[in-house]
Amino acid sequence: MSGEIAQAFAKAKARGEGVLVAYAMAGDPDLPRSVDVFAALVEGGADILEIGVAFSDPIADGPVIQGASERALKAGSTLKRVLDEVVPEVRKRCPQTPLVIMTYVNVIMALGEERFAKLARERGVSGAILPDLPPEESAGLRATFDAAGVDLIPLCAPTTPKARAEAIARDGRGFVYCVSVAGVTGMRAELPPDLSQRLDLVRKASPVPVVAGFGISTAEQARTLSAHADGVVVGSALVRAAHADGPGAAKTLCADIKRGLKR
Amino acid sequence: MTTETTVGRFGRYGGRYVPETLVPALLELEEAYAKASADPSFGEEVARVLKEFVGRPTTLTPARRLTEAWGGAHVWLKREDLAHTGAHKINNTVGQVLLARRMGKKRIIAETGAGQHGVATATACALFGLPCEVYMGALDVERQSLNVFRMRALGAVVKPVESGSRTLKDAMNEAMRTWVSQVSDTHYVIGSAAGPHPYPTIVRDFQSVIGKELRTQAQAAFGKLPDAIIACVGGGSNAIGVLHPFIGDKDVRLVGVEAGGHGLNTKQHGASLTLGTEGVLHGSRSLVLQDEDGQIQEAHSISAGLDYPGVGPELAHLAKTGRMEVRTATDDEALAAFYEVARTEGILPALETSHAFARGRELARDLGKGKYLVINCSGRGDKDVATISARGVPPPVGVKS
Repeated sequence: MSGEIAQAFAKAKARGEGVLVAYAMAGDPDLPRSVDVFAALVEGGADILEIGVAFSDPIADGPVIQGASERALKAGSTLKRVLDEVVPEVRKRCPQTPLVIMTYVNVIMALGEERFAKLARERGVSGAILPDLPPEESAGLRATFDAAGVDLIPLCAPTTPKARAEAIARDGRGFVYCVSVAGVTGMRAELPPDLSQRLDLVRKASPVPVVAGFGISTAEQARTLSAHADGVVVGSALVRAAHADGPGAAKTLCADIKRGLKR
Repeated sequence: MTTETTVGRFGRYGGRYVPETLVPALLELEEAYAKASADPSFGEEVARVLKEFVGRPTTLTPARRLTEAWGGAHVWLKREDLAHTGAHKINNTVGQVLLARRMGKKRIIAETGAGQHGVATATACALFGLPCEVYMGALDVERQSLNVFRMRALGAVVKPVESGSRTLKDAMNEAMRTWVSQVSDTHYVIGSAAGPHPYPTIVRDFQSVIGKELRTQAQAAFGKLPDAIIACVGGGSNAIGVLHPFIGDKDVRLVGVEAGGHGLNTKQHGASLTLGTEGVLHGSRSLVLQDEDGQIQEAHSISAGLDYPGVGPELAHLAKTGRMEVRTATDDEALAAFYEVARTEGILPALETSHAFARGRELARDLGKGKYLVINCSGRGDKDVATISARGVPPPVGVKS
């Protein structure tokens, strides 16, 4: 696996903190200004950046990220342009922060799986999250990514049976993304009561760190979860803040959630 | 005979590209369907409902005046338009709702384009007493108001979808999103032989009743199998249903007709078999209309049922291997065919079906006299009267304009 992600977790742990994986959509509101958003997230305390690449049919996403996808596509965002124009700029401004691409499998296929892996590694991308690529379909792509040194980060769901969850965790790369709620991305007032047990189970089986994502938007939620996970992913809340009030608002929210992750 | 190469794959196509949250539900569905298929009582129950309620078998009708007008092969029509609710869609929804009931699911969701699948799902849900929610693109809600009324009358909730192109593809996205959040007690009735495995197989199996009946009926009517069968292709459920039982009969030409929309050179069409490239949409790998960056393009067709940028994986495989011939018909050709069929056979075909008729003349002539051509009459055109009449009606037969 790529060393950057492991280092980010190790550094946070040494500081007594859970890791904050912060998501924003590349190209929202346009390509250059989305770089400002990513930089603001890191200023706010994000340890890993999840760079969303828009897809026309995002079946795993709720209304906030759907809206961001539509804006990014209108602004001309494509995977190629994100790798050429957004990733290098973010890398320049946040050289210490691991970058992970989050998009859908069709977008990767269109660019070419090997070409993506090679370009991603060259530009400094450490991993990729593809929410519509379950383990049954991912073996080929994972081998390609492994060869290039890009982590294909697996997802585990609340509906995943125990043995399957353990198998997903054992084969994890980078970190395991534990989806907290049965549903699409978006903020939730309440998280399922059995989430902590599930995180404990996955964490026990996984050789890599485990993060919880989907539905998380407050410091309080981050505090509760960080007892059972190595970190949290926050997406919709940051996208909404950046869209409504600009990068500064996203930075403030990051800092707030980061306070919840201090142990 | 099956074209399945490994479980859930048709050559390169098929698979299960969905969020992990849905995978256990798909595995459960696969297992429940295998058990039901092996249980004779399930098959008997489906067959009984199809006979008593749907009105199967649908007739095989000789189209004598079309045969004469086209001057080639004998033309016969497989009359899915005579099935209850007016289209083939009911064959699948009855089967899937019975399966969902066996699985103990408490509610049903579905997506719909033209509204025929929504109506058929709402009908099966009414028959078996399950609540039903149908996702429909807001544009389709506007142009298919009759079917929106029918779904509501049957007790279903119609959910207009405002995202994207506001058509079938977006309705399917929204139905999948809803399913992800309600997967424990909800069954999603997919209407096309598309989507993640096992749906392409389940839908094809339930729709294969069309082709199985046709085999028997053709033998009785003209003493042999048809020389060619034509069906329209959107997602492709009527096409795979009528064609699948003939895949092993090499002498039977299988022809699929896609939406040519405003023309193949315009980007406003639904011809994913003809001009699509390999991609992943709605859970399976197939041929899709997309740009070079992998963004799905908006399809266009005068018929809401063919207005879809993807196609079922098994049809993609049949097309790529050459077993199925692929043609297209434009909006205008489909409209012309609609009136031709109306006025020569007394049948108002659905606009989807009209695409199949639009290529009938050439194929009948190509086959020649003494041969037999069957056109799958997938549905009736009542739902399309607003769209069609908005373009003006040609003068009555025998009246000079």
